[in-house]
Amino acid sequence: MVIDSITDGIVIDHITSGMSMTLYNYLHLDKLTCSVAIIKNAPSSKAGKKDIIKIDRPIDIDIDVLGYLDPGVSVNIIENGEIVKKFKPDLPERLVDVIKCRNPRCISQDEQELVHIFKLTDRENHVYRCIYCESKGKAHFKR
Amino acid sequence: MRHLLDILDLTPEEIGQLIDTACDIIADPDKYAEKCRRRKLATLFFEPSTRTRLSFEAAMYELGGSVLGFSSSSSSSTSKGESVSDTIKVVSCYADIIAMRHPKEGAPMVASMVSGVPIINAGDGGHNHPTQTLADLLTIYREKGTFENLTIGLCGDLKFGRTVHSLINAMSRYSGVKFVLISPDELKLPDYVTNNVLIKNNIPYEETTDLIGAMPKLDILYMTRVQRERFFNEQDYIRLKDSYILTPDKLENAKSDLCIMHPLPRVNEISVAVDNDPRACYFKQVLNGKYMRMALILKLLEVE
Repeated sequence: MVIDSITDGIVIDHITSGMSMTLYNYLHLDKLTCSVAIIKNAPSSKAGKKDIIKIDRPIDIDIDVLGYLDPGVSVNIIENGEIVKKFKPDLPERLVDVIKCRNPRCISQDEQELVHIFKLTDRENHVYRCIYCESKGKAHFKR
Repeated sequence: MRHLLDILDLTPEEIGQLIDTACDIIADPDKYAEKCRRRKLATLFFEPSTRTRLSFEAAMYELGGSVLGFSSSSSSSTSKGESVSDTIKVVSCYADIIAMRHPKEGAPMVASMVSGVPIINAGDGGHNHPTQTLADLLTIYREKGTFENLTIGLCGDLKFGRTVHSLINAMSRYSGVKFVLISPDELKLPDYVTNNVLIKNNIPYEETTDLIGAMPKLDILYMTRVQRERFFNEQDYIRLKDSYILTPDKLENAKSDLCIMHPLPRVNEISVAVDNDPRACYFKQVLNGKYMRMALILKLLEVE
């Protein structure tokens, strides 16, 4: 299968196979008007298969969301057909309005327009806790 | 401006200073009788409470200050749908300091984000209750003379018992402390306390369902009430509410200098017959709570 290379934009590579639509939704890529290519189950020498997302326009991408959802991805910034920057997002220290607290006793369930904030409390095990009630963040996605 | 949301907002040194102030108040209360003259404490109790609210109010009156507030959410604008943030923004225009209790966990943190005056967490759901812990710490200090090398038994509802969580957080910072966690399986300590406090800091602890078996090794026995208001299911509450009842016969193998504590109110988890035992310290805790709240108000208002 052939998908054209992009001139100016972003390529999110090494996405865990099956995670591309989750990233697409969390990054709100459905709101973009430019071309967005989702490649599923592409061959990967390391993982066997992987997903890739190509965005045909430079945008501000939420690196924290990527780091939290799929910390193994790599992000390539493309300008004039060349990779000008390549990086791997780290686990963010804080997640702001990325996941919601599910504890029915938490103030975040009631308080109007309160921002849901989670902080990283255990980097080794990827544990995030709500700053208000300290409940563990529940994964809303398949890992 | 400082708030007290969690007992860990205070360093062990600051807790030591509060204890020093409380002991000075006990020794010479007249010296403090006008310290908070013309200052106002707002007690915002979105959830019913008798002793904590009265303790704060008594503390402020004994410092020469005055008190305003409400004692249930039905008598506040919350019943009209007002948010915590808006209530706090309004009240901080009237008061110099706010003590708040709320059934939702984290509500005092939300308050602290918008408040123009210091916020004291007077209990947020099953989460934290730092001023009860200050009362507990002064009691332990006055009874034992130290915070070190103590074996502390915590018995009853360790899952929803916010006083238990705060006390574990506070005592884990002193050397030689061990915990014996006595509860039914359904009311065990939540994993965020076990993992983030006990395991992370290598604090020795054991979990058991056997109160009598644990008794001989304890320096402190901290009893708690199984709280009906924390259960969504009445059947679960009824099944667990009488799990542990302390009676004089269960104290037969206890140390002679055991300190029996309870944050109160009790329902039936300590028999009234235990009240006459010289090791019963739970009513001393009440008085100690008032002194520590006085010391805390002075600190947060930066009154010399």
